[in-house]
Amino acid sequence: MEALRGVSFDLKPGEILGVLGESGSGKSALASALPRLLPWNGKITKGAIRFEGKDILQASPKELQGIRGKRISLIFQEPSVALHPTMRAGEQVRQVLAAHEPWGKNAMRERTRQVLSTVFPEEVERISESYPHELSGGQRQRVLIAQAIACGPSLVIADEPTASLDPTAQMEIIEVFRTLREKRGLAIILITHNPALLAGLADRVLVLYCGSIVELGPAATVIASPRHPYTKALFGSIPAIFEENVSNRKKKLAAIPGDSMSASLPLTGCPFEPRCPERMQKCRKHEPQLMELAEAHAVSCFLFEGQSKRS
Amino acid sequence: MQALLRAENLVKRYPRKPPPGSPENLVALDGVSFAIVQGTTLAIVGESGSGKSTLAFCLACLERPTSGSIWFGDIDIAKLTGEDLRQVRPRIQLIFQDPANSLNPRWSVSEILSEPMILQGRTNRDEITRRSHMLLERVGLSCELEERSPSELSGGQRQRLAIARALALEPEVLILDEALSALDCSVQAQIANLLMELQSSLGMTYLFITHDLGMAAHLADEIAVMNRGQIAEQGPTDKILNLPRHETTRRLLAAVPGLPRGTPPGLEQ
Amino acid sequence: MRYLLRRFAHAFFLLIGASVLAFLFTTLAPGNYFDEMRLNPQIAPETVAALRAQYQVDRSLPLRYAAWVNSVLHGEMGFSFAYNSPVAPLLLVRARNTLLLAVTATLLAWGIALPLGVWSADRLGHLPDRMLSWGTAALMAIPDLGLALGLLMLAVMTSWFPAGGMTSVDFETFSQVHKLRDLLLHMTLPVAALVLSALPLLVRHVRAAMADVLDAPFLLAAKGHGIPQYRLLYRYALPAAANPLISLFGFSIGALLSGSLVIEVVMSWPGIGPLLVEAILARDLYVVIGGVLFSTLFLVGGNFLADTLLYWADPRIRTETRGQ
Repeated sequence: MEALRGVSFDLKPGEILGVLGESGSGKSALASALPRLLPWNGKITKGAIRFEGKDILQASPKELQGIRGKRISLIFQEPSVALHPTMRAGEQVRQVLAAHEPWGKNAMRERTRQVLSTVFPEEVERISESYPHELSGGQRQRVLIAQAIACGPSLVIADEPTASLDPTAQMEIIEVFRTLREKRGLAIILITHNPALLAGLADRVLVLYCGSIVELGPAATVIASPRHPYTKALFGSIPAIFEENVSNRKKKLAAIPGDSMSASLPLTGCPFEPRCPERMQKCRKHEPQLMELAEAHAVSCFLFEGQSKRS
Repeated sequence: MQALLRAENLVKRYPRKPPPGSPENLVALDGVSFAIVQGTTLAIVGESGSGKSTLAFCLACLERPTSGSIWFGDIDIAKLTGEDLRQVRPRIQLIFQDPANSLNPRWSVSEILSEPMILQGRTNRDEITRRSHMLLERVGLSCELEERSPSELSGGQRQRLAIARALALEPEVLILDEALSALDCSVQAQIANLLMELQSSLGMTYLFITHDLGMAAHLADEIAVMNRGQIAEQGPTDKILNLPRHETTRRLLAAVPGLPRGTPPGLEQ
Repeated sequence: MRYLLRRFAHAFFLLIGASVLAFLFTTLAPGNYFDEMRLNPQIAPETVAALRAQYQVDRSLPLRYAAWVNSVLHGEMGFSFAYNSPVAPLLLVRARNTLLLAVTATLLAWGIALPLGVWSADRLGHLPDRMLSWGTAALMAIPDLGLALGLLMLAVMTSWFPAGGMTSVDFETFSQVHKLRDLLLHMTLPVAALVLSALPLLVRHVRAAMADVLDAPFLLAAKGHGIPQYRLLYRYALPAAANPLISLFGFSIGALLSGSLVIEVVMSWPGIGPLLVEAILARDLYVVIGGVLFSTLFLVGGNFLADTLLYWADPRIRTETRGQ
């Protein structure tokens, strides 16, 4: 089963790329593939991952161990299981440092405290001494972020960082990311299924559906005026909290019918075709390619065939 | 209109000392009172640790409140035990947040659906099969999935199954404890539509517990905001959204990551 | 802390219960030491009657139990009819010898099982792991007795090791170093038998516990941070897999103790085992009770040690039991 098909994009230093995808879109495969952390049954069969001038696919295991955590960091989903259950938070951050920096005990302790105070402006001592089960969901997530930035990487991949958090905690985490980008010039790939998170945070947005990119462009454009039918339908299915028209309440939401499970995917043609409200005859037989429209905004849909800058 | 479910001064205390700094309070519920009118939806919103889930469990009789009453019609279900409690249970059902954990991974779909019916005393296998098919259709699942196990279903399908299982007992009240939170956005919309359709055709009453104000705003007739085991504010949805009075409500509204479609009228800076 | 006190109280009451049961069963069993004596035609019935009166064998059960408890509180454990001496010093010497075997075997067995299990789990499914599985399965199939006898045969055939006993005949004449060497030589075979009998189960459990943990998300997350493999295994995986293993540790002490009973008898090691067997056959009441009690003490002590280790190793248990 192909989790990702022909996914290409680039990322500039200090840029925040939002990857929008639901389950089955291949977003987690993308997150694991970049630092080459795919599970035992996953393989990258084609393509290249060029990071800071080098192709990671060619790197040796030793080089990879030097890159992970130090140059590229991955923040896992589910902070409640991504932390070691019987190790204190401060110790877990220290372990990451110790894996990459040959410092002495005191320097290590000082550096750990520094890293933790970036994400925990108050209560550094208490958090450092706590075990994961003594922390709240938002606090655990911030420990994960601390681990990720400890060695000063240039790229952080965050896989659904706010999935299990309540709105206030979500806000805090988004603030943390914003600060990290401003203060450290960190490039971030933020993977989520909730487009609202990317508004105001991401520079560019990439929309994944069934392993392919369906839309890619500047965040402002994609969010304000999405082009691909899937993107449009996705935004339309989210209830707007402040309805102009009160009678919209309790009306049917414009949900996308069906689902994207691999069993129901068509063998040929556009993968979204069975659920697409604007499908055409052509869509069943041929698969559209990513075409660039104006202002660096690319869409993969036959509806825009005539408007592409280059075919 | 007659209130179907009424909570009166619910208090729930947990005896253990909480870990330092954790948001869990020793007193999970601190005098909670509210009422739900039959056939409507009440949304309970709040942050983690506000006591929402404890409230859900108390209302579903999975936990006993330390003090206070829960009036279901004219019976105080908080004081029921034994056979009386068992009679009441089918009338109030709970849908959990994590569809992966609330369904037995070793059973097939048909076994999961027939279990509540068997417990109710129905033993005619043909009738059970017929009802199971009807339930599957009602929630939009194909009968072909009958022999599958939950692990082979998607999140949305599992949640539909959980709803079907609850419906098997013909409940009057459905408590949804963050039932949509673990799902993708587009799937949330599908399940929300299903719930609304079921409510209008079966006349069910919903208690919708969530921290997602957007979905609460769309589904609920009334909203109650919880903070630290108490109800900070309660009222019709429009009033709460447009004229928030309590600080917690304002904070929750400000934290909603919304797509830019217009600023909330009550919060214009 | 209260958790530990509770476990301790638990252990204490267990011991008391064990002593009552031991007393009950041994006295309820038909016959006593003096019945054997009566069968001996060389001893006059009057002598037997006098001895019975002297040992107060005919008092009621609760009275005898009370008297026994009283003497235990004074540091004695009754009197051995067969050896004609107090039980306590007799048992203590034997207990020391048994402990020597059991503790050494426990440390050695776990010392081998842990790295072996971790190594195997790291190569799960591959050839080295599968070969180890076959090896442990084969070893498990051989009964303790078979192992002991096999090793004895080895000793006899090669004369590398003494065939039984704890010390050589002229032990007292040896120098300190020589004494140590002699002891170690004698210990080798019984310890080897115990270790070999315990090893397969331990290795399999370590391997299984590690395999479970190796799939966990936090391990993958740590790998994503670039933590090197050996640290992943020993600093991350093993501590997380520790809980079931610590419980197994408590259990293994009990198993090794009961295993040592058999091995001691077969290899003539002067521990509690042979003493207990003799005493049971001779109906030497207080020795039997004392022996049973000592074994129970080791078992309960081992499990209490495991409880303590668990409390110390897993902070989640500390948090849950706080305020109880």
